[in-house]
Amino acid sequence: MGKNLYDKVFDLHAVRKLDSGQYQLLMGLHLVHEVTSPQAFAMLRERNLRVAYPERTFATCDHIIPTHNQLRPFKDDLAEQMLIELEKNCAEFGVRYLSPKSGEQGIVHVIGPELGLTQPGMTVCCGDSHTSTHGAFGAIAFGIGTTQVRDVLATQTLAMDKLKVRRIEVNGQLRPGVYAKDVVLYVIHQLGVQGGVGYAYEFGGDVFDRFSMEERMTVCNMSIEGGARCGYVNPDATTYEYLRGREFAPAGAAWERAVAYWDSIRSDADAHYDDVVRFRAEDIEPMVTWGITPAQSTAVNAPLPASESFPSQDRALIEEAYQYMGFKQSAPLKGQKIDVAFIGSCTNGRFSDFEEVAKYLQKSGKQVQAGVRALVVPGSQKVRERLIEAGYDKVFTAAGFEFREAGCSMCLAMNPDKLVGRELCASSSNRNFKGRQGSPTGRTLLMSPVMVAAAAVSGSVADAREVFAIQN
Amino acid sequence: MEDVKRIVISGPGIALDGSDIDTDRIIPARYLRCVTFDGLGAHAFEDDRQQLKDAGGRHVFDDPTRSEARVLLVDRNFGCGSSREHAPQALSRWQRGIAAVVGESFAEIFFGNCVALGIPCVTASGADIKRLKEVVNADPKLVVSVDLERLKAEAGAVSIDVKIPDGARKQLLSGRWDSSTELLDGTAATAERTKALPYFAHWRA
Repeated sequence: MGKNLYDKVFDLHAVRKLDSGQYQLLMGLHLVHEVTSPQAFAMLRERNLRVAYPERTFATCDHIIPTHNQLRPFKDDLAEQMLIELEKNCAEFGVRYLSPKSGEQGIVHVIGPELGLTQPGMTVCCGDSHTSTHGAFGAIAFGIGTTQVRDVLATQTLAMDKLKVRRIEVNGQLRPGVYAKDVVLYVIHQLGVQGGVGYAYEFGGDVFDRFSMEERMTVCNMSIEGGARCGYVNPDATTYEYLRGREFAPAGAAWERAVAYWDSIRSDADAHYDDVVRFRAEDIEPMVTWGITPAQSTAVNAPLPASESFPSQDRALIEEAYQYMGFKQSAPLKGQKIDVAFIGSCTNGRFSDFEEVAKYLQKSGKQVQAGVRALVVPGSQKVRERLIEAGYDKVFTAAGFEFREAGCSMCLAMNPDKLVGRELCASSSNRNFKGRQGSPTGRTLLMSPVMVAAAAVSGSVADAREVFAIQN
Repeated sequence: MEDVKRIVISGPGIALDGSDIDTDRIIPARYLRCVTFDGLGAHAFEDDRQQLKDAGGRHVFDDPTRSEARVLLVDRNFGCGSSREHAPQALSRWQRGIAAVVGESFAEIFFGNCVALGIPCVTASGADIKRLKEVVNADPKLVVSVDLERLKAEAGAVSIDVKIPDGARKQLLSGRWDSSTELLDGTAATAERTKALPYFAHWRA
């Protein structure tokens, strides 16, 4: 029986077996941001250690950076202090820092791929759970804690257990108006938020074969929301085409060597999997979350689920979600009034995400409803630059969206972009946890960027296919 | 010097109800605007605590009789979401400090972060955790022991079987849960391994 990509890449990077039975695993790419790294650098200093392979570590700032006014010093002293710390650490330890001045700053999971740093057959880590995004290239990519960041800085390795592998196939044809975000929300709805614990997810089948790299990134990004620390797609011509010509991608004679390596780590046709699940693309509708975990979601036109429809051990959590959200069981979610619309994040902050929305805004000429605060936040400076070149910034502002600078923005509560009070936000981000978007009582509805735009112009949760006349 | 071996962790218990409690709830993101982990303990579960208070209730972390607690009892998928190590750091700095967690299941990154701090997270069946919670809830002073050698969690008359992956168990029992020394021992082998990876030197031949 053949090997899957996870096993091949893991074995290639296993330095040795440790006494505990875990493996010392070599990390090919280490990405660093300002939130989870300062304590790690401090620990290096305390122990008089240096960064072992500084050319394999890249840093940027994304979580704390304001998206409205990025002039230094930041108004928030704590944020300013964190950025100074990152600058100091990178300079002292010889780590390349992709700063706002470089024109290459952005959300770490947007710029890694964009610069060609993320490549097939690598191990990738970062002190950030959405590192799973990079699996879209056929890499083993996962989030780590700060003590582990220290270990990677000091040794370029981690002590890791080997995961099991579940292949998730989605076959058939997605309907118009159904996006990568809907696919991953559907998968999480079906398998649960802890269904992936102990597994790496291999995504395959017709839908993933046809997906662009940016669509694959959206799905792999949210593997962690399904409990899987990493998710990946086997590399193919789409992957290679995306990488060709990027700053850190191989060029010239190295390109052929790279392709040979990348081809070699693909899952074999007869690869072993610990589990296989299959879904039909035609069953997937535009999805919206209604609760406080990413699995608490529904097709946009379906009524909210009754708690009796859940197994008894889940009902307490379902009731808790209804109480927090203030929604009624069995009522429709469509038509629910929203206060804020947010398009951006490491899940849906790439060029194609915004282009798809801009296209429908332009075609329909629709405007953001009065009373709705609507934000478009590019995932990187380069994404922002491309959007401006294409004239989409004007499309967004004309439609009533604010067009911001690059950063994590309203995905989490570490910069000035926050919900206020119990505001309800239609969001293209990845987490609808209690308080996630900055107000302890704020409420989040996760959905695709086009669905967020539909909600923004309707002033309430809406079916984008109806709002924008997307042909079925 | 502090004994780094984690064989039996004992102390009063504290029982928290609810599944899928994410790390944003354990420590809200606004407290991640820091360059050290100092002072995080006071903010553990801050938003949950405030909301319960506003609703006229009381979060168990606000119960003054629980301030000596060392062993935290939780339900399913505890610590899901963000990889922030600030979550276990906050728990270990709350009051006397949480030193062991017993739950039905844990999110993987949270589990690894706990091991890296020498905090075992052990799992048990839902029914067993319920029994343990009952005796702990009845007596704030009751000592809960998590025994990694015998794989038991015990409190008063209740004794339950617990599990923990073998690798983590060995690390904790031997006191080698801070993996950096062992990883540094592999420096030469690591250098050798980098040569086998064509991309490692940015594709330079």
